[in-house]
Amino acid sequence: MMEIIRSWNDRRRDLAGGVGDRWRALPRWQRAVAFVAFVGFLYYLPLLGIPGLTWLRTDYVPGGNNWAGVLFVCAVYVLVAIGLNVVVGLAGLLDLGYVGFFAIGAYSVALFGSTQSPVVKALQNQLGLPQDWAVAWAVCLPLAIALTMISGVILGWPTLRLRGDYLAIVTLGFGEIIRIVARNSSWTGGPQGIAGIPGPQGAPSADNDIFGFIDVKPWYWLALTVVLAMVFGVRRLEQSRVGRAWLAIREDEDAAGVMGVSGFKYKLWAFAMGAALGGLSGFVFASRFNFIDPTQFNPQLSILFVAMVVVGGAGNMAGVALGAFLLAYLPERFRGFEEYRNLVFGLALVLVMLIRPQGLIPSRRRARELEDRAKEAPANV
Amino acid sequence: MNFDELFGHFGQHTVDGLAKGAIYALVALGYTLVYGVLKLINFAHSEVFMVGTFAVVGVWTAMGATDSPPVGTLILLLVAGLAAAMAASGLTAVATERIAYRRLRRMNAPPLIFLITAIGVSLVLSEAYGVWLARFFQGDGLGSQRLVVGMPAVIKQDVLFSVGGTDVTNIQFIIFVSALVMMAGLDQFINRTRYGRGVRAVAQNPDTAALMGVNKDRVIVLIFLLGGLLAGVAALLWAIRYGNTRFNVGFVLGLKAFTAAVLGGIGNLRGALLGGLLLGVVEVYAATLTQSNWEDVAAFVVLVVVLLFRPTGLLGESLGRARA
Amino acid sequence: MRRKFVRTLGVAFAITGMLAAAGCQDSGGDDPATDATGAAKCTGKIATFGAFTGGDSGLVIPSLNGIKLAFEQFKQKNADCDITLQEFDTQGAPDQATGIANGIVQDESFLAVIGGGFSGESKATMTQFEAAGMVMVSQSATATELTAGTNKAFHRVVGNDGTQGAAAVVYIKNVLKSTKPFVVDDGTTYGQGIIAEVKKGLGAVAGEDRIQKDQQNFDATIGKIKSAGADVVAYGGYTNEAAPLLKQMRAAGVTAKFLGFDGLYDPNFPKGAGAGAEGAIVTCPCLPASEAGGTFAADFEKKFGIAPGSYGAEGFDAANILLEGIKAGKGTRKGLLEWVDAYDKQGVSKYIKFADNGDVDKSKVVIWAYEIKGGAITPQQEVSLS
Repeated sequence: MMEIIRSWNDRRRDLAGGVGDRWRALPRWQRAVAFVAFVGFLYYLPLLGIPGLTWLRTDYVPGGNNWAGVLFVCAVYVLVAIGLNVVVGLAGLLDLGYVGFFAIGAYSVALFGSTQSPVVKALQNQLGLPQDWAVAWAVCLPLAIALTMISGVILGWPTLRLRGDYLAIVTLGFGEIIRIVARNSSWTGGPQGIAGIPGPQGAPSADNDIFGFIDVKPWYWLALTVVLAMVFGVRRLEQSRVGRAWLAIREDEDAAGVMGVSGFKYKLWAFAMGAALGGLSGFVFASRFNFIDPTQFNPQLSILFVAMVVVGGAGNMAGVALGAFLLAYLPERFRGFEEYRNLVFGLALVLVMLIRPQGLIPSRRRARELEDRAKEAPANV
Repeated sequence: MNFDELFGHFGQHTVDGLAKGAIYALVALGYTLVYGVLKLINFAHSEVFMVGTFAVVGVWTAMGATDSPPVGTLILLLVAGLAAAMAASGLTAVATERIAYRRLRRMNAPPLIFLITAIGVSLVLSEAYGVWLARFFQGDGLGSQRLVVGMPAVIKQDVLFSVGGTDVTNIQFIIFVSALVMMAGLDQFINRTRYGRGVRAVAQNPDTAALMGVNKDRVIVLIFLLGGLLAGVAALLWAIRYGNTRFNVGFVLGLKAFTAAVLGGIGNLRGALLGGLLLGVVEVYAATLTQSNWEDVAAFVVLVVVLLFRPTGLLGESLGRARA
Repeated sequence: MRRKFVRTLGVAFAITGMLAAAGCQDSGGDDPATDATGAAKCTGKIATFGAFTGGDSGLVIPSLNGIKLAFEQFKQKNADCDITLQEFDTQGAPDQATGIANGIVQDESFLAVIGGGFSGESKATMTQFEAAGMVMVSQSATATELTAGTNKAFHRVVGNDGTQGAAAVVYIKNVLKSTKPFVVDDGTTYGQGIIAEVKKGLGAVAGEDRIQKDQQNFDATIGKIKSAGADVVAYGGYTNEAAPLLKQMRAAGVTAKFLGFDGLYDPNFPKGAGAGAEGAIVTCPCLPASEAGGTFAADFEKKFGIAPGSYGAEGFDAANILLEGIKAGKGTRKGLLEWVDAYDKQGVSKYIKFADNGDVDKSKVVIWAYEIKGGAITPQQEVSLS
């Protein structure tokens, strides 16, 4: 059994590696054309009506979820995965409380942008502002990013000195603290949550013709655009001085330190960057749903986020994006399973890790690390 | 802040907290054992415990247990429940190692891969019980529900003795003493026996231990088995104390137990006990001072504060070192 | 080798592009069954959404069964009608519900919605349904705030938490003659909402605590109850926490009367709490089977093998309101909205006539107190609201 898996694994690795190498060997213009075509396809996806492919749509089955809506969630999760990848995949820090940043981003726009939020009401009373006053959506965006970055630094400052597994449990605790505080406090709307969260066209109303309640396609396109911008941005970051520093720290923090790369400083950077991306995704998420409550930010979601990154291939942006897409999309497409959904999810996690521990689309460097480790393993284990 | 309540019944809250923490400690031992040897956060350990609680339900239901049975029946029920829980939990723990982790060890996979696999195993186990429960209740016409399952209260909770207005109930006493006994027994086992020496050797340096003729696989199976057996004991105590279980009973408990293990110094047996008791007491104090829904925040805040000053927990990591 | 790869890649993209251009239309799963005449035809689809799987499904399944029963009986009586029920599972999550509502709203063949099962998901979706001119009839979303706004879509055939809270206050004061009531809630929208109403009505309470979902150990809560010397404990929440809480309370020797709300009107509550549940009171804005009209309770029990639990009758009523409307030739979204607004008839659970805000006429809401006797929920008395 194991032998079969192993040989199949090897063959698959050759195949996948082959595609990757060939792809990199293509001339630049061809890669550019292919990339543009792919992006075009992504923008076309919510309209998907190609005969033979319509079964991909989640509303293909009765009782299925709205297709564009599912795509939107997929896009938000891809954004989350890209952010978490900075922390887990690039800097090698295990963050099990990423949902905390997601929640802070979502609550930033809810608390400051919604006329129904206790914070806005308090501000109205204090400053004598009109009833329909709230912080504009466009102002909430930098606010959300700033707040999550600050919380990333606040969390990271004391805890980043801890070793890997301690960091994992502390971040898990952080995520829980955020959720519980949001649930127990009155200034966050408590368990009732906050409705009336604004979008690009202002407060939710039936008159919003583009970013309205009913048609989700523009929301998906918005999220996709944000994702593409962030992919571009993170790619630049990865290849910058900071990115190389992260890599060095991940491989060997002591050696990096000797070379003059301050581990703590760059780890904090990774944490803040990752947090900002998490906050941005929470922001987009809350704007679209115009209602959030604390039950949406449970620790299981954090675990799902980490699973997206690891299943997809930590360190590789295409990989984590694919992982996020699959983990968001598959449960929706196969809603028929309903109560088996999580069981199948768990099985899939175990199988992927056993058969392809480097992830679906591994980062080349990471895959090599894994191979090295396998060789280092003593013969008797 | 309800200081009157906390200090008015300070002893009572402390006793409650210690009894609560004792169960955390027993489960925490399982995390700490595995972590001490493999450096693996065995997320599935909480589900090992959950399986144990269901084994108790199954056996008791089959034996037709009732509330407060006569002493003879009671002893029989306890023994059968303990045997079933230990067997179920022990087998589950060993099976997860055999099926999921061993292959990863062969690959010398990094911790992250282990962690995700453990999360997957944990999901599979709890969901399998959830689905089974749903099927089970469908027969009752309740639809596909994953309900809380009640068990008979085999031991009637009574005040065993009182010291200065602080009541200690018989069940609290049993739980606390069991935790201490299990802990001491495990400590002796690790430090005094041949097998224990093997465990310490592997924890200290697996390669060297292998060169010295320690069968690493066997040691690892042993620690999973030990952790599982302890989780089985915790499951029986849980059944006596709380008399309820659910498919996701392990999630919160596991999180707390793991926190307790880290608090005390993961990999350190005495640390697990200390961490568990401390966590239980902190939670009860916090819940008394404010409201019960803040207890988790208090637990995690204490964890962060402790780790800031002692980055490897209260007693440090030390399964590998001699004299635990 | 490389060239072949490039060619394959190119061809693949070319085909995709062509197909994309050719088939560039947003074809949903089912094409809307638009009929030219619109009304008069006895056809259409009704959607219902709620937590049909997952941990919270226990509260929603009985009402879903009630809905199914209504559809089945309707079909038997009206063979010429073709009205289908489509279930959408949200697992109770507002974000899931929002996506599902998007789909329902865009598929014109859906005429109306039964749901949502919980208040959170109803709150998250009602603006959408209002924008689409659809009517929602919820069988079990009880939060007071849902009808406090101006939403035109939302209706419910169940009394809200305010009414139930007021009835509980009356019961605690007049029937239990409590002097030291203690209130506990589970911090959910539902539990917190209803306990807030109870506290408002009682004025002063002997003490209070708020627990959280999936909590297992209630030592701190029990300590507070003991110190307060409470004679009644009112609990707002669901079975999963209430059963262990009550069990531990009784084990710890607390003899105070336990009073729960419709979240505990659940056959599994006495089962989970064991002997401790004996004598506990559960209030519910639902009529006992013996009082309910017609053969509903018997039919339900025959089909599902269990008494209609929480909101079974409400689900049945909600479905019947819409079914009757379609049969009466109001088979459009607009027609059904008007039909529901004007509805004025005796239902199984209560007399149904909606106020402007979507609540049932307050005077028609009947609250019953049930007592747990021998492990079964048995009707005790009607609680007068005055």
